[in-house]
This record gives sequence, structure tokens and C-alpha cells, in this order.
Amino acid sequence: MSDSSASKGSSAPKDAATKGMTIHLKIWRQAGRQAQGRFVDYTVHGIQQEMSLLEMLDILNEDLIRKGDEAIEFDSDCREGICGTCGLVVSGVAHGKHAGTTTCEIRMRQYQDGDTITVEPFRAGPFPIIKDLVVDREAFDRIQRKGGFISTNVGSAPDGNAVLVPKDCADNAMDAATCIGCGACVAACPNASASLFVSAKISQFAWLPQGAPERGRRALAMIAQMDSEGFGDCSNHGECEAVCPKQISIQNIAKMRREYIKAAWVGADKVRSSGGD
Amino acid sequence: MFGNHNPSSFRLQPRECVFMSSFGSALWSSVGKKVITGLTGFLLVGFVIVHLLGNLTLFIGPDAFNGYAHFLETAVHGWLIYAFEAGLLVIFAFHIAAAVTVAVTDKLAARKQGYKYAKNAGGRSRKTLASRSMIISGVVIAVFVIAHIFMFKFNAGNAFEKDANGTKNLFKVVVTAFKDPAFTAFTVVAMILLGMHLRHGAWSAFQSLGWTNDRWLPFLTRAALVVSIVLAVGFILLPVVLFINGDPNAVSHGGH
Ligand code: HEM
Ligand code: SF4
Ligand code: FES
Repeated sequence: MSDSSASKGSSAPKDAATKGMTIHLKIWRQAGRQAQGRFVDYTVHGIQQEMSLLEMLDILNEDLIRKGDEAIEFDSDCREGICGTCGLVVSGVAHGKHAGTTTCEIRMRQYQDGDTITVEPFRAGPFPIIKDLVVDREAFDRIQRKGGFISTNVGSAPDGNAVLVPKDCADNAMDAATCIGCGACVAACPNASASLFVSAKISQFAWLPQGAPERGRRALAMIAQMDSEGFGDCSNHGECEAVCPKQISIQNIAKMRREYIKAAWVGADKVRSSGGD
Repeated sequence: MFGNHNPSSFRLQPRECVFMSSFGSALWSSVGKKVITGLTGFLLVGFVIVHLLGNLTLFIGPDAFNGYAHFLETAVHGWLIYAFEAGLLVIFAFHIAAAVTVAVTDKLAARKQGYKYAKNAGGRSRKTLASRSMIISGVVIAVFVIAHIFMFKFNAGNAFEKDANGTKNLFKVVVTAFKDPAFTAFTVVAMILLGMHLRHGAWSAFQSLGWTNDRWLPFLTRAALVVSIVLAVGFILLPVVLFINGDPNAVSHGGH
């Protein structure tokens, strides 16, 4: 237990609005990969509504460091919802309760003075905890290396409309391509399945002519890697779509299955149509 | 670390994929298991619908029901029923093997340390009590199927009454069974759980086979709700109505 006063100095006005909120936290702390983890209670004061949840953790960390304690490890990079680095289970929901946002986009104005917030890492066997709230998501990189690309040197940007793509195919591909690889879908899935992530990566290319020549191989290779990483299977709960910060639809999972069935049935290299269904 | 950075090693390699496309390994992959649960689930739904329609002859009377059962048992010299039973056995076996791996063994292996404070995300999620209890509803259905085969196919080990034409009086067996409050109650519970199984399963099977998209998903989830309610209500009506006013000794009107 530690008590952390975050208000900068004692010169802050006594007025509650500017003095900020007091927030209670239950945070998962784990010293290392093999260590036994546990929840630790913290209390932070002076939290402004405009702050983000991660800024609150920064303030808590500064205070812990000042006291000679070890800072809480958590991941973040862009802090504007585009890179996919951050990822916490906030009060029981991956990336927090608001749909279509990342952890770094959580603002403290959704909380009230005296609230308690629980913070857990993304939990899944293939995402081992490195320390505290930081998990190892390299399993996603290994899946990507099996086919999340096209094997051509695309050079510089081609002329617009040099390759014609039907509007609905382009829309589906662009929607799938917004996946930032954060792993919240795995974290939220009751089965710890990576289906939503992998399906976004597979269908992003399957809808486009550029991805068509390798679509069969891609589906088989990426799904084989997903399986060998030890992710669970999908029970179609759809919890992934609800927490996905980019609202990737489970229609991509259906698309992934069509791609896989076709490739497994007629042969990987016989599925080369021009993109689409 | 970057020493052997050779772009061609990042190509989608044909060899590895030719191996992977061998049908056997594809069948038991994560997607393959979904295809198995989906296909067998569909076939079981088809069976359940036909079974309900056939059982409704119980409401017409002893002749209609016994005649229907007699037809099933004797059609194609008795081979029809054997073929169906063998088919159903295989379908159930594959359904259970794939579904239990997905919903239990693989699931438990993939997250050994669970959350302490997990909540439902709500919103666009399709997670329901039904979707989370597929394994419970499934196991109860399996127990019910065994019990009801023992009761109705084997008459709990007793000989069947037969008429002059050799037609079994299955009507009497069924109606007598549903005079037992315990068996009737068990049947009703099992049929509520069948309804729950299909509330998720009836749309999930489409998704498992890849037969969905954003346009059809909302319709399919609603259709599954309707189908599951209709089937559950139909299967609950039979035992309940027979319990209340079924007469095991109802006589045939007109005979053969
Ligand atoms: C008449 C009997 C049954 C019918 C009509 C039926 C139907 C279905 C359907 C349509 C699905 C959805 C398939 C999918 O998501 O791809 C399903 C899933 C499932 N069934 Fe059944 N089922 C029956 C019996 C059983 C039995 C006896 C069990 C097992 C013990 C069982 C266990 C499951 C489980 C665990 C799932 C979910 C699999 C998953 O998580 O993806 N079912 N069932
Ligand atoms: S599908 Fe959504 S939740 Fe999953 S990794 Fe991509 S952006 Fe994150
Ligand atoms: S830190 Fe980049 S998405 Fe949150």
C-alpha cells in the first residue's frame, strides 16, 4: 500500500474543481516473467478531468520514484490511438469501457472523485507478462512474418486508378487495414483467440488485387502460425469486436474462414482470383 | 541480429504451404474445427426440426404416431433407420469432439491465469449467457439424448406391445413416460437448454462456415433467436401437454 500525493506542491487552490479528484487504483504488479504477481492498492490525488488515464499513471510513477519505489511498467507510444502499443484491461474491459478507443485515449473525465479503477495486463498464454502491465506480443509479429505482406517490391506510389478496385472491396480492405495490432481482441476473448487480428490481416489483402496471387498461401501460413502460438479457438462470442479500438468487424473472421476453406480444399496456389470473394 | 536479413526469406514460401494444404492437417486446425462444429451443428438442427415435425403426430393420435414410427423402422427393409442412426452417431461424435476442444481444452490451455476483474464489454459483443454455456447445454442435451433413447427406443428394457400387423405401441410408451413428473421436468429443462444452445448456435454455425457479413449478421442473430424459441416451445409443448392430458391407453380410431 502506498499513498501518493500528486498535486504539485501546496500552492494549489483549495477549490475542489482545481484541486482535482482522488482516485483509488488496484494495479497488477509482477516483478518478472516467472514471478508471482499480485494486485497493489494505490491512491492518487489531484487528478484533473483533462488528464488521460496514462497521465495519471505517469503521475503515480513520478511519485513512486520520488519515494524510492519501483515505477509501474506499462506500454505506450503515440498516446493518440494510432500505434497499438498501449493496452490495459481497465476496470474489467480491454481498453476501458468506451467503444472504439485505445487505453491511451481514456480520459479521466469519465470518472468521479473517489472512484476505484482496476488495472490488469492483457492476459493470454501467448502474451506472457514481461513485467507489471507489460506483455510480450511478439506472437503477433511472428504471425505477420508468415504472410502479413505482399512479396513484391511496390516501389513508389503508382498512378491513382492504375489498378481498378471495386468500391465495396476497397471499403472492406480499408476497414480491415485499420487494425493497429494492439491485441485487445485476444485479451477480451473468453478463449484468448487471435482470430480477429489474424482475420483483419488476411482479409485486408484478400479483398485487393495486389494480395490475390498469394491469398491461399497467406491464409494457410498465417493461420498455421496462429495455431502454433497457442491462441485459443473462436466460439463466435464477438467480444473482440466490442473492445477493438478500430471496431474491426467479425465479418473479417468469416472472410478468413472462407479464404482458409478455399485454400485447403482446392489447394493454396489455385486460389489466385483477382481479389474479393 | 540483422545479419541475415534476406528479403527472400520473408517471401510466402510455397513449400511450407503445400504441406499445410494437406487436407488432414487443415481439418483439425482452428478454422477446421469451426467448420466441423458448424457443419455438424447445421445437420443436427436439421435433424431436430424433422424430429419435432414427426413427433407432432403424437397430437394427432396413437395411429398416426405409431404408423409414423413403424414407417421409419421398416422403410427400405429397416435400412433407412440404421443409416440415420449411424449418420447421427458420427455427426454427434464429430460435433462433440470439435466443440469440446474449442470450448474447453484449447480455451483452458490458452489462458492459464485468468482475470480477477473481468466484465462484459457489451456494445457490439454477441457474448450471451447462451454463448457462454454452450458446453453446459451441450452436455445436458447429450445426457438427455441417452436417457430418451433408453426410454423410447429400448422401452427401458421391456418388450413393446404390438398389434396384429406387428406395429409397436410406441404411443403408449411415450405417453406413459410423460406421466412421470421427474422425467417430464428433466425433458423440459433439457429442451430449454436446447433452445439456449441454438440461440447462439443457430447463427454461430453460419459464422463458423464463413457464410456471414456485416449486412447479414444482424438478421442471422435475430433469426437464430426466433428459431431457437420456436423449437424449444415445440419440444416443451409435447411433454407438458401429454403430462396434463395424455391418455396412455387411448384407443385407435378405426384401426388399419
Ligand atoms: C441436438 C443436439 C445439438 C444441436 C442441434 C447442436 C447444435 C449446435 C450448433 C448449431 C452449434 C454452433 C456451431 C458453431 O458455432 O459453429 C453448436 C455448438 C456447440 N455445441 Fe452443439 N448441438 C447439439 C448437441 C451438442 C452436444 C451433445 C454437445 C456436447 C457435449 C454440444 C456442444 C457444443 C458446444 C460446446 C458448442 C460450441 C462450440 C464453440 O465454442 O464454438 N452440442 N451446437
Ligand atoms: S483487431 Fe482490433 S483489437 Fe485486435 S489487434 Fe487489431 S486493432 Fe487491436
Ligand atoms: S499509445 Fe499508441 S495507441 Fe495507445
